Amino acid sequence: MTDLRTDFLGVTSPNPFWLASAPPTDRKVNVERAFRAGWGGVVWKTLGEAGPPIVNVSGARYGAIHGPDRRLIAMNNIELITDRDLEINLQEIKEVKRAWADRTLIVSLMVPCDEKSWEDILARVEETECDGVELNFGCPHGMSERGMGSAVGQVPEYVEMVARWCKAHTRMPVIVKLTPNITDIRHPARAAKKGGADAVSLINTVNSIMAIDLDHMTPDVVIDGKGTHGGMCGPAVKPIALSMVSEIARDSDCAGLPISAIGGITTWRDAAEFIALGSGTVQVCTAAMTYGFKVVQEMITGLSDYMDEKGYATIEDFRGAAIPSIVDWQYLNLNYVAKAEIDQKLCIQCGRCHIVCEDTSHQAIFARVNGKRQFVVNEAECVGCNLCALVCPVEDCITLVHKVVGVDPRTGLDYARPFADWTTHPNNPAVHAKAAE
Amino acid sequence: MTIAANPPGASDIRQGRLDEATLKHNFADLHPLLTFHEAKVEAERCYFCFDAPCQHACPTAIDIPLFIRQIAAGNRTGAAMTILDSNIMGGMCARVCPTETLCEEACVREAAEGKPVAIGQLQRYATEPTIGKGKSPYQRGKPTGKRVAIVGAGPAGLACAHELSLAGVDSTIFEPREKAGGLNEYGIAAYKTVDDFAAREVDFILSIGGVEIRRGQALGVNVKLEGLRRDYDAVFIGMGLGGANKLGLPRETELENVIDAVDYIATLRQAKDLSALPVGRRVVVIGGGMTAIDIAVQSKKLGAETVTMVYRRGPEQMKASAYERELAQTSGVVILYWTRPVALEGRGDALSGVVFETGDGAEGASAAPGSVFRLDADMLFLAIGQRGTPQALDGAGIELRDGRIVVDSERRTSIERVWAGGDCVYGGQDLTVSAVEDGKQAARSIAAALGAVRA
Repeated sequence: MTDLRTDFLGVTSPNPFWLASAPPTDRKVNVERAFRAGWGGVVWKTLGEAGPPIVNVSGARYGAIHGPDRRLIAMNNIELITDRDLEINLQEIKEVKRAWADRTLIVSLMVPCDEKSWEDILARVEETECDGVELNFGCPHGMSERGMGSAVGQVPEYVEMVARWCKAHTRMPVIVKLTPNITDIRHPARAAKKGGADAVSLINTVNSIMAIDLDHMTPDVVIDGKGTHGGMCGPAVKPIALSMVSEIARDSDCAGLPISAIGGITTWRDAAEFIALGSGTVQVCTAAMTYGFKVVQEMITGLSDYMDEKGYATIEDFRGAAIPSIVDWQYLNLNYVAKAEIDQKLCIQCGRCHIVCEDTSHQAIFARVNGKRQFVVNEAECVGCNLCALVCPVEDCITLVHKVVGVDPRTGLDYARPFADWTTHPNNPAVHAKAAE
Repeated sequence: MTIAANPPGASDIRQGRLDEATLKHNFADLHPLLTFHEAKVEAERCYFCFDAPCQHACPTAIDIPLFIRQIAAGNRTGAAMTILDSNIMGGMCARVCPTETLCEEACVREAAEGKPVAIGQLQRYATEPTIGKGKSPYQRGKPTGKRVAIVGAGPAGLACAHELSLAGVDSTIFEPREKAGGLNEYGIAAYKTVDDFAAREVDFILSIGGVEIRRGQALGVNVKLEGLRRDYDAVFIGMGLGGANKLGLPRETELENVIDAVDYIATLRQAKDLSALPVGRRVVVIGGGMTAIDIAVQSKKLGAETVTMVYRRGPEQMKASAYERELAQTSGVVILYWTRPVALEGRGDALSGVVFETGDGAEGASAAPGSVFRLDADMLFLAIGQRGTPQALDGAGIELRDGRIVVDSERRTSIERVWAGGDCVYGGQDLTVSAVEDGKQAARSIAAALGAVRA
């Protein structure tokens, strides 16, 4: 087996799989269950300041959308921070860290937006000897209306300010958790770095309403007839998270800022994808809440077997390997041509590729060949958009093939042309403007 | 073209009833390996149950939800390891296990839609490449210098040897037959284990090292239990069932073409050329278990014109599952229930027919209980159960019951330093998978007793 140990901010975990701060990590009982199942670390559910406990609704807090066979595609929640007494939490954190010294235990925090509140809570948390803190600037509901959570995360200046306070008042590593409910994730990430944060974790949940109940004319999930927006998570948000992680990973201002990635991680492959974009650890929540803590066993064996197969001895051997290939659109090679190809041996003749291309794309797939039902790409029209490959129900039946020899029947141009992107294209007005200068 | 009609009662036994192409088709893989797409679709049907019923139903307690999830996540190797960690014979078990009465019967999707996850086929899909590589992925434990004698190179003995090797304990397997594998090699229906899989799996398992096989060594004949006890640190007996039950009818042992099904199946399994096997035109099989089904179906696949399987009780009492009965029926085998043979007819020295009597309990049967009828028969196969051969133990004083060895939960027999497992043991399920579990548990018990601990 390969070595899955990670060193994140000077803290080691036996593997990069952490549980994100949420109900799965709110008490000693479940955190210890998680560690027994093999999780490398947890982020304890967000603690608030001392005082009267948080109160939440006593009804549905989660909604979801499902795919075929009731597979959970995404979930949303109106959970709040911990509703347990601060003292009990701190005591349990201390006990768990003592009992599980080799696992990472980070504590998530959310207190009012003033320096004293942060100074006080940090002092208390330091006493637990946990491995670090995660600043929750992402909660999109419930807390944001009180000036906390995403009310901070959406304002880069506040992110920088609070990060700076925290770094001034603790020796522990400080991770800033970012909300995706923002226009450009680089701004709060840069702000966190400027404030001295040791790392960022992202994404928190995406603002959402899962569905509308058309019989009762309410959101799908209601408390006494009324519903509210919640934070969405699960497989459907992974692409949002991948993009945001990539934005931070390739931003020169954020260069080298460690990332703990969160967002729909369900199998080893999802985790590996975030690692390939530069993440040092990953945090999981929805998958555990859908299947139980045992999912980590598939993740551990899967990542390890993948690394064996590729010859990666440690995570560092491939961390960030995909970053260089992510560029802005204007740098894509406009002279590269690919066209779809349908493997007739695998094709089950459902015709979906044809109709979506016909109705909504480039009308580039024949439905009949010599009078018989058969689906074949028409290269004279195909632009290689990939839609057919994506809607086809059979894996690898339709592939995009890079064309290198011959002439493109669609454009009349040779396939083998040198690299050229939009930045030098004659149709690009910016090119002419530059030339005119 | 004239067809010579057989006079009634004449014995019609012929080779090559079917041409080569048809034989090849008939004996092709009953359940071909799943394709990538099929495996993906099927794996994603698994709900990843808590404390999974399927895992509880598996005699070797394979972590089924985990291995299926690993397949779905694209980690076929990981899935294979999950399986082999619990059951080193996961390849053969995937092919022969009566999943319809074990894991797939327990599957929650059987309860939900009457369509369980195809666990057996997924298990084969997962293990195929790993076993195909030929080399065991397991490491032999640091040699402890301890040595165990294993009687029988069947599933129980092989599983025992593997598990012992993990703990650094060497073993010598004493096997009477030419090839290792036991019933995997000599008994399982040919269309369930094509491409010489049984032998390839044996090589795969033994490539861990630390195991020697001595062929042509039968217990009680070439090697004695007392000698093994003396020369080795422990003994594991996995000798299976050496005797076949008889009907006890007059002329049973003297008439030609009255055959123990297990003997014919063993010959079939080793036949390089199926068309060289003699097959009766009208075949009768007595019995209601897996062996009866196997010989009935394979007779049909070899070209017998009529195959009638006769069982003394009803479908619910049959040891063969509904799935196996259906396989027989769709292969063209006629099954008669609540019927038993009462006499054998011969023409000269050869069998020509069998006389039957119907018994009580035949609800809806066309013949009233007690009615007697006869069938023409060129070949009669006896598949009425196998018996232990405790005489091979040379009266060592091992506690027996019904001719089989009594063991405790650790598979210890009543005499010191002797363990046992597989079909030769009393009270087991007589399945490949339960034999594997016996071998595995016995090995762990032996290793602990010898002070060897798996690293």
